Amino acid sequence: MNASKKEFIAEAEELLQESQSLTLEIQDTFSSGINPDTINALFRAMHTLKGVSGLFGLQGITKLSHALETLMDDVRLGKIEVDDAVIAFLFRNLDILRTLVDGISNDREEEDVADYLRDIESFRNRQKGQGDEGATDNIIDPSIMKVLSEYEEHRLKANLKEGKGVYLAKAVFSLDIFDKALEALTKTIKAQGELISTLPTSSNVPEGFIGFNLMFGSNRSLEGLKKEVDYDIDVLSGQREAPQAMQAAAALPQKIQDTHLKSTSTTVRVDIEKLDRILNTIGELTLAKGAVKRIGIELAESFGRASLVHDVHKIAMSLERRLAELQDQVLEIRMVPIGQIFSRLSQIVRRYSREIGKQIDLVMYGEDTELDKFLAEEIVDPLMHLIRNSIDHGIEMSDNRKAKGKKENGTITLKAYQKGNHVLIEVRDDGGGINIEKVREKAVEKRLIDDDVELVDKEVVQFIFTPGFSTKDVVSEVSGRGVGLDVVKQKLSALGGFADVETKRDVGTTFILTLPITLAIIKALIVRVGNERFAVPLTSMSETLIVDHKEIQTIEWKEVYYLRGEMLPMIRVSKFFGLDSDVGERSFAVVVGFGERRVGLLIDELFGQQEIVIKTLGDYLKKVKGFAGAAEIGKHEVILVLDTEVLIDESLIKQKGATYV
Amino acid sequence: MKTILIVEDSATTRALIRAVIDELGEFETVEASSGFEALKILPQQEYDLIITDINMPDINGLELINFVRNNPRYKQIPIIIVSTERSEEDKKRGMALGATAYVTKPFKSSELQEIIQKTIAS
Repeated sequence: MNASKKEFIAEAEELLQESQSLTLEIQDTFSSGINPDTINALFRAMHTLKGVSGLFGLQGITKLSHALETLMDDVRLGKIEVDDAVIAFLFRNLDILRTLVDGISNDREEEDVADYLRDIESFRNRQKGQGDEGATDNIIDPSIMKVLSEYEEHRLKANLKEGKGVYLAKAVFSLDIFDKALEALTKTIKAQGELISTLPTSSNVPEGFIGFNLMFGSNRSLEGLKKEVDYDIDVLSGQREAPQAMQAAAALPQKIQDTHLKSTSTTVRVDIEKLDRILNTIGELTLAKGAVKRIGIELAESFGRASLVHDVHKIAMSLERRLAELQDQVLEIRMVPIGQIFSRLSQIVRRYSREIGKQIDLVMYGEDTELDKFLAEEIVDPLMHLIRNSIDHGIEMSDNRKAKGKKENGTITLKAYQKGNHVLIEVRDDGGGINIEKVREKAVEKRLIDDDVELVDKEVVQFIFTPGFSTKDVVSEVSGRGVGLDVVKQKLSALGGFADVETKRDVGTTFILTLPITLAIIKALIVRVGNERFAVPLTSMSETLIVDHKEIQTIEWKEVYYLRGEMLPMIRVSKFFGLDSDVGERSFAVVVGFGERRVGLLIDELFGQQEIVIKTLGDYLKKVKGFAGAAEIGKHEVILVLDTEVLIDESLIKQKGATYV
Repeated sequence: MKTILIVEDSATTRALIRAVIDELGEFETVEASSGFEALKILPQQEYDLIITDINMPDINGLELINFVRNNPRYKQIPIIIVSTERSEEDKKRGMALGATAYVTKPFKSSELQEIIQKTIAS
């Protein structure tokens, strides 16, 4: 990223941050009376963002901020009244702007904003014309009215409508000090009410001096003001005061106003980082709870069933339940419907397919499926990769499709659904499918497998996830660039999920991304291999078995075990990591993975389940394969968490004599 | 060389206007980031043209125009309003107060150059 771009991003982020807090302020105050300066500041923030993004040639952001500036202009001119809908709309669009800016910082191409612009335009038209302003005729001198901008005129009317007095303070300053003096006067006036306009004048002002007429609205009477403002003050419109009547009338509405002060919205917006911090704290508490539980068990062992021991046990159980509840609640807060992501992707499909001249229909299912906000954001890029891949290489040109007897428009289907503790997201196209033969040739050429190795299609197609393996050459439609699917796979693996692909010649390709519903604290099975202990996430396993070594067979270099009549490839974890293992006739096995990717991990001992908080291994151990991270389990013991996906990958191919690069 | 005072609160637009003027190669420019700053700068030298925005914090363009037109020392200086299409009403008021011409943002550089040349010549 170059320096000027960084500068833009910094400035844009600052402006968006400011806009966010201004909008929050508007939300908090709109029922009780918004400070017009707040509205104006938001208007100006959008105005500035428009200017800055325009300078960098970022059309999407420029157009969007311009549209929002126009919207805010209507708000500040009183043409649109602020209500919950307006605030929600502002928040939504600030989010969109933020996404656009994020896109720039991630070097993504700018999204098409046409839909957003239409939304803003129609929203503006819907909301408009609610404000009703009184006239100023015969109240304010026309010679003053003519120098007011539309905004100032609106503010003047608003002050009159509220029954405030409108005054004109007149000051004359020497030219060499007028800036400081005017600043001081402005401050004094703002403390008394709202400064509507500052009118410089040179009539009746001696040479070397400059005069200012400051128009302001205030609740105070002329007498009160004169004590504070040390200049001539004219009353343009008297404060509407009928002291007795006012007070009587004021007493009643006061109560109503109190209830109005309370915002009708009960929503708060929270930075995801704050929720992360809460989860971290819960993680630490979970460890502490584990310690209490362990102490309980140790006490029971030493002192038997004493009532104090029983209490400790009860408290540990209660802690466990409450912590689990708390964790569930926080995780629930973090959940967002995947539809949010889908709608962003639909923009890309529309724009990108138009760009390269393919007609593509987008179908979406399961938009309500919920996913952790962090995961949802992280999965956008991989999904975008896959979609672009489908548009580039999957879907054929329309004449080609016609020749095959297919529908002229291609279809991309995005589908999300929950399966156990996982969310599955499918990206399906009805294009040409992947040419398996080419993938095989390429794999041999790249020495990923030996020429004579026999692999079934499902195994061959997995090679498209190998680093440096371009899809460009292996899909039927040879066009454009190949997208690195290895990046997709790596990302999924980092998120604790995995990517799979199904393809059929001339029918299409489906990528299936499997993700855990949430990150953070997970349940794991603690196992022993030789002298080492490891954690296996429960989300990735389906069952545990006791396996008689005699029943393990070797078929085509694979060690397999027949589980209920189905062949299950076995991995000796000890062998994988070069560890010792117990000698004996039987071992335990943990069945991990799903469907075609199901394997059994042979281990020496099972220790039972425990909640763990996975911490990353950091950069030092990045190159070590097979571990998803580390976790602390009681008594400050740290163990490694197995990355079952890597184990499955490595073994499925390695066992067939393939050499992974 | 003739001097043009640019009054505009957006640094971007100010830079843009200056670039457009510099392209003509015939004028010096002085910049003010608000109406208030313009009032400070005005007495410092002679100006041949003022280009001003309307919507600015503190002293706005209309107030500035009114001030200039009512001050014997400055009242001959031609004024061009540069404002957005939304400020149609404000522009009308500016013209009524004695502005010489107006340009709507966003503008083409040739458009602004032409108006500057015309305004200064007349």
